[in-house]
Amino acid sequence: MKNLTKEHFHTHLYPSPFHSRTEPLNKLNQWGRWKGYLSADAYTDISMEYFASRNTCGVFDLTPMTKHLITGPDALPFLNRLMTREVSKIKPGRVGYCVWCNDDGRVIDDGTLFHLREGVYRLCSQEPQIDWLLTSAIGFDVDIVEDTHDVAALAVQGPTSCAILRKMGLNGLEMLKPFGIEHYPFEGTELMVSRTGYTGDLGYELWIDPSHAEALWDRLFAAGQDYGIAPMGGEALDLVRVEAGFLLAGVDFLPAHEAIRPDRTRSPFEVGLGWLVHLDKPHFTGRRALLEEKRRGSRYNFVKLDIDGNKTAEHSFILDKRENYVGTVTSAMWSPSAKANIALASLEAPHGKVGDEFLAEVYYQRELKWHRVLAPCRVIDGIFFEPARRKMTPAPNF
Amino acid sequence: MTDSKRVIIVGGGHNGLVCATYLAKGGKEVIVLEAANEMGGAAVTREFSPGFKVSACAHLLNLLDPTIETELALKSHGLRLAKTNLKTIALAEDGNHLQIDGNRVSGGGVSDSDTTALVKYRRRMDRFAKLLGRLYSRKPPRIGVSNPSDLFGAAKLALDMRLLGREDMREFLRIAGINIYDILEEYFDSPLLKGALSFDGVLGTHLGPRSNNSVFTTLHRMSGRIGGKQGALAYPAGGMGAVTAALAAAAASKGVTLRTASPVARILVDGDRVTGVELEGGEQISADTVVSNADPRTTFFKLIGARNLDAGFVRKIQHIRMRGNAAKLHLALKTLPTFTGVEPDQLGERLVIAPDSAYVERAFDHAKYGEYSSSPALEITIPSIHDASLAPDGQHVLSAIVQYAPYELKGGWEAGREAFTNVVLDQLSRYAPDIRQQITHTELLTPADIEREFRITGGHWHHGELALDQALMMRPVPGAAQYATPLSGLFLCGAGCHPGGGVMGHAGRNAATAVLSGGSR
Ligand SMILES: Cc1cc2nc3c(=O)[nH]c(=O)nc-3n(C[C@H](O)[C@H](O)[C@H](O)COP(=O)(O)OP(=O)(O)OC[C@H]3O[C@@H](n4cnc5c(N)ncnc54)[C@H](O)[C@@H]3O)c2cc1C
Repeated sequence: MKNLTKEHFHTHLYPSPFHSRTEPLNKLNQWGRWKGYLSADAYTDISMEYFASRNTCGVFDLTPMTKHLITGPDALPFLNRLMTREVSKIKPGRVGYCVWCNDDGRVIDDGTLFHLREGVYRLCSQEPQIDWLLTSAIGFDVDIVEDTHDVAALAVQGPTSCAILRKMGLNGLEMLKPFGIEHYPFEGTELMVSRTGYTGDLGYELWIDPSHAEALWDRLFAAGQDYGIAPMGGEALDLVRVEAGFLLAGVDFLPAHEAIRPDRTRSPFEVGLGWLVHLDKPHFTGRRALLEEKRRGSRYNFVKLDIDGNKTAEHSFILDKRENYVGTVTSAMWSPSAKANIALASLEAPHGKVGDEFLAEVYYQRELKWHRVLAPCRVIDGIFFEPARRKMTPAPNF
Repeated sequence: MTDSKRVIIVGGGHNGLVCATYLAKGGKEVIVLEAANEMGGAAVTREFSPGFKVSACAHLLNLLDPTIETELALKSHGLRLAKTNLKTIALAEDGNHLQIDGNRVSGGGVSDSDTTALVKYRRRMDRFAKLLGRLYSRKPPRIGVSNPSDLFGAAKLALDMRLLGREDMREFLRIAGINIYDILEEYFDSPLLKGALSFDGVLGTHLGPRSNNSVFTTLHRMSGRIGGKQGALAYPAGGMGAVTAALAAAAASKGVTLRTASPVARILVDGDRVTGVELEGGEQISADTVVSNADPRTTFFKLIGARNLDAGFVRKIQHIRMRGNAAKLHLALKTLPTFTGVEPDQLGERLVIAPDSAYVERAFDHAKYGEYSSSPALEITIPSIHDASLAPDGQHVLSAIVQYAPYELKGGWEAGREAFTNVVLDQLSRYAPDIRQQITHTELLTPADIEREFRITGGHWHHGELALDQALMMRPVPGAAQYATPLSGLFLCGAGCHPGGGVMGHAGRNAATAVLSGGSR
């Protein structure tokens, strides 16, 4: 943690290395806390920021995201014992979305695993994981450091993102495949670019030494001037991630280590991440519990709902036709891109098959008068909004 | 490939042998693989100087389960006690010793009130120890599950406690978790008496008399009924090795295959279950069931490997406190030594150097900081008095447990051994002034030596500290406390399991029951 001074605790909230640039842009002065960092919730207008990321390019300061560097001879076996998925399939220069569990097969967190170079990995997670990583390292020859503060990061997301970055000088970037990693020289240091993001759109994440953060920001925004580049805060990001169907720890599931009541936690199957569980690979933490769950059946199904009407179903109860409780909405929004009233929900098994129809119990108010509707809704397959550009290589040049 | 009838037992300690015999009686084809050149583990008699034999670790028999003794017909397999009901002589430097014989105490200037207090103390402690002992012959119930056998076990535990009656139950709940020092203060005045009784609570542990849990460990020590008497001590004829020799004979008579010099390199795992073992020489033996007599850390870290286990479970294993603190002193003596003030007929009893409980506590203080005690406490026996087979004619062996000798000595045992040996001999000389002249050979086994020779992690007497947080359904860790483990087909049967260490056999017998009943965690 070379960028933290000994006195860092005097600073109540740590400014990101981009702060000198984000601060003047934050017209709303709307800041939040994110893992000890000062982080912009919104800059100008949430809708504008949302539309920038869907129609042009939104830039989100990702620095506070918890990062861990994992190296050493046993890095791969260590990660394979940690993660539910087969990590050996994530080749050098590639990124994989991962989930990891406790002994009971309940999700601790999800995150992205970057295979930076042969045997060198970076794990980005929503929650700090150093304790669990070190616990999981017992019996493995592996080095793990949390290096959140040593890496400045920006998410550059939206249709014009590739064009902007190419204009900034990242030649050939259009050939980078989704979940690929590329390195570029940048003013005497190295800029790492990954085609990843939390928006479900065409987009990239940039990783650089914090000493070059401001220069990167300036070059990026200069290049993006004619391409509709705009800073994007946490609230707009939370909208696009719901459209993309991405989970948010603490919102869509309770991280197992935060749960006091163990039954509130969820297995990967119960949060729709069964596709990340490879029960036929060598042992990983939670495997026995998950095998048992496979045998007995899961308690919950995680679903995407398309809800009639335009009243957002935030925190709604989901009822069956006889108005009996079957589950709860975890995230919801009106999706401008999908032109639909959408939600992520956790339903008690066996409810939740694609096509199942339910009622969402929605409360809303008009001028302090509350109304209740039972909005018909149905379980849908696939992603609410998935533009073709997300997966296109070469990336389109908008 | 695998064989469902076959059971491999890793380790031929007394628990492994007990387990093997019960499994063979239950119809299994059992192979015991012991790393050492003889069976017995920490319960062996071995030569340490030409012509001189001694019980290498355990030397006094107090906890052996009478049920096992009968069910396995150990007498007919050669088990004989050379002396039962050993008295304890609490040595005083001035020779005014105190003698404890069950609930009777004499000498040492002991007061009348102490004499009556000891009767009260023993009555109560014996009741509690008996209660504890009743928990020993079955697997501990799991908590938080609704399985009938677990609920029954928990209910039985509660009922047994209720049957103590209101007053004793309250007293039991009051003292079970606290320290023996405070309890002894409540009963007694005599420092010698308190010293000797407090030492009982800390033998083989990393506890001082003022550490919590030392009442529990005192009760553990009193929980046996050797020779039919609660909390008694005995010498097996031929040393502790004779006990395991009888167990080995019982095992052989039931068709168990006993293989010595067969160290297991790893337990073979296929996905979720064990499939056999691989010996250090490379030989593989397949079996659907493997029972490990090795300590839990050896079993899970060395033989299974962390990568076959869940991380949370591994952390629990890593956190088991198991750093030994007892050393073993063996002396070959030209003649019978004289201890100032000890009558010749008392020499064959158990001699204790623990002049008061603060002395023992101070001895422990050093261990907290990784130092050996500058004035150690000792449990001394001269078994050759009762058993001429142990030494050449007219000569003798002295066997003593010495505390405290921390496993991780500051500066290491290579450097510290000689100095500590001198400290111990100096201390001994204060009570037996001519002893140095009689010594022809000295052996001091530190916990590091015990770890090496007997393959017990930390050289710990109990394969893991005996304390309430590591007892019952917590022993060795939740998830492996009913002898079954997270890997199907893998069981534990050693002292690291309920009910803990000492030559007792319960763990071996309970494990066999778990294996034969299919074993659920
Ligand atoms: C110094 C000392 C003094 C003691 N004094 C007393 C006493 O006076 N009275 C009393 O009742 N108790 C005493 N004890 C405690 C008692 O000796 C032990 O608790 C008891 O012997 C443990 O028995 P066990 O069968 O569970 O394990 P062990 O006797 O430890 O047997 C385990 C066996 O497994 C074998 N093993 C381990 N790894 C492998 C492998 N990879 N392959 C093959 N074999 C393997 C070992 O070699 C060993 O033989 C003392 C202990 C010590 C250390």
